[in-house]
Amino acid sequence: MKYLSEYRAPELVEQYLAELHRTATRPWTIMEVCGGQTHSLVKNGILSLLPTNVRMVHGPGCPVCVTPLNLIDKAVYLAEKCGVILCSYGDMVRVPGSERSLLEAKANGGDVRILYSPLEAVQIAQQNPGREVVFFAVGFETTAPANALSVVHARRLGLTNYSILASHVLVPPAMEAVMDDPETNIQGFLAAGHVCTIMGVYDYVPLVQKYQVPIVVTGFEPVDLLQGILMTVRQLERGEARLENQYTRVVSDDGNPDARRVIEEVFDVTDREWRGIGNIPRSGWEVRPELAAFDANRKFNVNIAKVSECADCIAGQVLKGIKKPSECSQFGKRCTPLNPLGAPMVSSEGACAAYYHFAQAEAPVSV
Amino acid sequence: MNLSCPMPVLDFDVITLGHGSGGILTHRLLESGVFSLFKNDLLDERHDGAIFELTGRLAFSTDSYVVSPIFFPGGNIGELAVNGTVNDLAMCGAIPKYLSLSFILEEGLPMTEFWDILVAIRDAAVRAGVQIVTGDTKVVEKGKGDGIFINTSGIGQLHPKARIATRHVRAGDKIVVSGHVATHGIAIMSVRTGLTFETDLVSDTANLNHTVAALLDEFGEQIHLLRDPTRGGVATVLNEIAQEARLGVALAQPAIPVLEDVQSACELLGLDPLYVANEGVFLSVVAPEIADAFVAKLRELPHGAAAAVIGEVVVEHPRQVVLQSRIGGRRVVSMLVGEQLPRIC
Repeated sequence: MKYLSEYRAPELVEQYLAELHRTATRPWTIMEVCGGQTHSLVKNGILSLLPTNVRMVHGPGCPVCVTPLNLIDKAVYLAEKCGVILCSYGDMVRVPGSERSLLEAKANGGDVRILYSPLEAVQIAQQNPGREVVFFAVGFETTAPANALSVVHARRLGLTNYSILASHVLVPPAMEAVMDDPETNIQGFLAAGHVCTIMGVYDYVPLVQKYQVPIVVTGFEPVDLLQGILMTVRQLERGEARLENQYTRVVSDDGNPDARRVIEEVFDVTDREWRGIGNIPRSGWEVRPELAAFDANRKFNVNIAKVSECADCIAGQVLKGIKKPSECSQFGKRCTPLNPLGAPMVSSEGACAAYYHFAQAEAPVSV
Repeated sequence: MNLSCPMPVLDFDVITLGHGSGGILTHRLLESGVFSLFKNDLLDERHDGAIFELTGRLAFSTDSYVVSPIFFPGGNIGELAVNGTVNDLAMCGAIPKYLSLSFILEEGLPMTEFWDILVAIRDAAVRAGVQIVTGDTKVVEKGKGDGIFINTSGIGQLHPKARIATRHVRAGDKIVVSGHVATHGIAIMSVRTGLTFETDLVSDTANLNHTVAALLDEFGEQIHLLRDPTRGGVATVLNEIAQEARLGVALAQPAIPVLEDVQSACELLGLDPLYVANEGVFLSVVAPEIADAFVAKLRELPHGAAAAVIGEVVVEHPRQVVLQSRIGGRRVVSMLVGEQLPRIC
């Protein structure tokens, strides 16, 4: 497959690994911000190939993991009690709310549909004029343009039965929250390539300066990841802290201005609750007040009581890279993908699920 | 044999509740062509069940078919319902003989669609060399089914040389896949509502019994286990084998045959081909001494052209499947939890 096989070539991987082994002379702790990167690291078995002094910790970039419990409850309520057609990306439907997941809501008779694109939800709204259609618009900067575009389309089509339940989160404030936490000791970051495809790289300059950490915008294939790690380690070994872009084939410095215009047309920056982490100021997007008709949060006045998370779940520490999933006392015991205590065990991008599925070769779980 | 079969002239174009009532409409539906389509001595008795003699060790299997959409590139639910049960019997090391055939139809199913499915069932039965000897039809109200559900059960006689059982699996055994994995699942997904994407892929649904019989003729008890990795895919079946045999399974990712179209679709949809459903594919666990000859033979047989050794049974990591990735890394291939769902980004 063109544009993929080149970045999975075993010879190239070998060369990068050899170079990395030569370059890393001291122990370094690097966070890959994006859940997609975590997934690729474990799926390709890269963690088992890295030099032992290069330690990867997994960041908060799993949209499913950080979507607040309260909002999932709201989506479940809309699907079960309000007769709406609740549309969602696939991995969101399995995340447990305080009582149940959207998948369980579907089993209870809720009309929950799994889609690949929010524009399909707009089509469903067109085809079902008598019913309300809500798209569960979660994700980072990557999915925001398509979600925003669905609102633009719905408005253009004059639809009055389409709205989005938005829970968008932003990467740079989350990286700040990680660095500000006294318990973290992250020395370098692999920034999320696809987020930068939209936003460009300039947002990361202040972070590099403020925290004096190398940040390397990195892709998702094995060669991308190893090159990104190597670039970070080289900076660390030289005592540098710069912003670099490994993923130049996809990410231009300025990102995608057209996509950002659509985002600005639909969303305002807002404070946002991150599941497992807490409130982070100016870390999310909400639908602008003049588009309230397309905002499910405003359109449906659903008040869901706040419920506290399972006390044994250390998702917050995992999401900030303070602890590895395998360091959790519940990991693989009470908490499994079939019975997850927290969201990182649900999504395939969640660090706990990634560890559970792929990384237990050395420590088999009891069956 | 001429397999083309025009639909009989009927005075109804859709299935109604009456067709499942057991009364005159049921009678008319069956007499209109169903009986003649599946004509054989046992069915022609028109009894409540089929009466026959079979000797020796027998295998008995059942499966229900609920695929959506019911017509997909490369086939329809009808041939799946025959091939699926025929293959389950073949995986036991049996020569499939007789099938039962039960329908749960949803009111409103167009008769033309039902006829196409019936013809596909008949053709698949002819290809597999099995007879449909008993059956049933029920009709449920509109909205209470998905067009059509089918159940088939099958009986087969064990191949005299077959010694297929998990207890025969040994460390050192080779794992052979008979063809490209994940093709059927992706072909179906390509036409599923909301997911439509352009591809020339067609399902590889096929009866594997003749191929398996030829392998048993030649390799007999050296074949330790046969499994068809339908739902849950190759990963799930290998996990079952590892757990039942209390041994490890080591897989080599580069050896696993996947069509490029299928691999591309999996990349786009965020799916792992190891967990995607298969139809015309089976896994064999064979003694290491015969592995090369087994693959060579399989490649000459129908549906075996892409056969390859993809892994080995090992004493390390008991009850776990561990994959050596294309780039040399290792990871555990776990059992699928629920359905494979598309990821956000």
